[in-house]
Amino acid sequence: MIEVRGLTKHYGPTRAVDDLSFDVAPGQVTGFLGPNGSGKSTTMRMIMGLDRPDAGHVTIGGRRYHDLPWPLREVGALLEAKAIHPGRSAANHLLALAQTHDLPRRRVAEVLEEVGLASVAGRRAGRFSLGMTQRLGIAAALLGDPGVLLFDEPVNGLDPEGILWVRTLLRRLAGEGRAVLVSSHLMSEMALTADHLVVIGKGRLIADQSVAEFVARAATTVQVRSPRCPELRAALCGRGAAVDDGPGGCLLVAGMPAAAIGDLAAELGIAVHELYPRGGTLEEAFMEQTRDSVEFRAEEPGLPALSEGAR
Amino acid sequence: MTAVTTALPGGTAPGHYRFRGILRSEWTKLRSVRSTFWALAVTVVAGIAIGLLASSSTASQWRHGGAVDRLIFDPTAISLTGLLFGQLAVGVLGVLVVSAEYGTGTIRVTLAAVPRRPLLLLAKVAVFGFVVLVVGEALSFAVFFLGQAVMAGSAPVAHLGQPGVTRAVVGGGLYLTVLGLFALGIATIVRHTAGAITIFAAIQLVLPLVVSAFPAKYGHPVGKFLPAVIGSSMTSTTPYGAHTSFLPSFAPWPGFALLCAYAAAALVVGAVVMVRRDA
Repeated sequence: MIEVRGLTKHYGPTRAVDDLSFDVAPGQVTGFLGPNGSGKSTTMRMIMGLDRPDAGHVTIGGRRYHDLPWPLREVGALLEAKAIHPGRSAANHLLALAQTHDLPRRRVAEVLEEVGLASVAGRRAGRFSLGMTQRLGIAAALLGDPGVLLFDEPVNGLDPEGILWVRTLLRRLAGEGRAVLVSSHLMSEMALTADHLVVIGKGRLIADQSVAEFVARAATTVQVRSPRCPELRAALCGRGAAVDDGPGGCLLVAGMPAAAIGDLAAELGIAVHELYPRGGTLEEAFMEQTRDSVEFRAEEPGLPALSEGAR
Repeated sequence: MTAVTTALPGGTAPGHYRFRGILRSEWTKLRSVRSTFWALAVTVVAGIAIGLLASSSTASQWRHGGAVDRLIFDPTAISLTGLLFGQLAVGVLGVLVVSAEYGTGTIRVTLAAVPRRPLLLLAKVAVFGFVVLVVGEALSFAVFFLGQAVMAGSAPVAHLGQPGVTRAVVGGGLYLTVLGLFALGIATIVRHTAGAITIFAAIQLVLPLVVSAFPAKYGHPVGKFLPAVIGSSMTSTTPYGAHTSFLPSFAPWPGFALLCAYAAAALVVGAVVMVRRDA
């Protein structure tokens, strides 16, 4: 069980993580989602006691990471796959970790077997492919047979077979009663793997709910375009729907199905140019909810304002 | 207790992780990369080859030497000359013990296993220090005996029983060890391999040149604080500093104490910044 409370971290003027609180419960896979640069890795490093938060704290089973009597027996983590000395063999990399915790040497062989690297145990890690390096990092996470596991983008660079393997492993680990936190920027992957989602954007919590709830929340949104938006909006609000401004002057309507919106518009004689139920998939739900918090994107919303100012 | 430890994945074993385990882990890390072997091999080969070269050239020059040369002749220091070249490889190894972890990112894996950072640094100091001490002392004694054997017959040779000789030979290994720890401390502060090696090489190679370029009035009071000058004094039986420079120096043991203070200062600063900084 991981408890994140009010976690905040600045890098210069940037708030990488902003007052973030959530739990990672045992027995399920918690997907940690956010666009690139949203603070996922920073949060994970703070959970591991590697980076120091400016405010807030994290406990694992009620204790700070620094105070865990046997860290690797309680928490296993794959933070960066490439964090391996290229000149050291896979077996020695794991042995050095095992020795800090008085774990028997055979445990190294066991985890290498488990991740399918037993045949290359003596090979220098620098000669490993990305997929093999990823597997070695997972072996290191499993070494202490911990009840809490963290994986930062574990499927990065894996082939379809490797992705399937990781997915199956994560499900199995959660099924064994462990708390599993997996970060990803790939929603489709999380739809297949996670039970619960913690979604962040620009370091802030956007959603903390089950996958089903997250999808449902987005599926009820309907995008409506009409030349008489204000009137339609008032009517929709009058019927109890929640209406928000959408992109390009359209309306985003929640709490009312598309058919009912169309009927209402027809009843009032308001022309509708577009009636588009949004979401329904995790990918769309994610795009929808992180729209305003994407750090870097292709279009530059700041540019028009700049040219206006120049005039 | 056993029922508890097997009931849940992970569970909690009694007790907590200990220093002994970290020592074993650091030993595994040190012995499992080739750079350790190469750095120690270079130290030994340079120590022996240059020691023999210096000894044999001195032996052949002895007949032609003047009265002053004969007066300050120090066969112990000459045989140990090579150690002052091997020290660069020891320094590089000391740097790598820390900087390789930061360079490859393994420091995060290591600190996840050992969140108490000063304990980790202490284990690195102990394991690296022990290895360099053993290799350094063995090398120091080996080049001493080899050097004396080469000079025997052509020039006066030293025996371990003579005043200051054993102190100088033992001092050779001690000097390498503490210098290596100084480099390790620098690397803990700087964290980058290239940066730490540059600083170390500047202190060992560039500063002595700079100091000797100054007039004696300014250069001499400063020069004796340099680690290289301390090393020269520690491996000599005469107060003349047998090797590259004739800079005045501290007596061997006070010099050694100063060198230890440098290493300790670098390591303490290193430990403090290691605890404060994000890994």
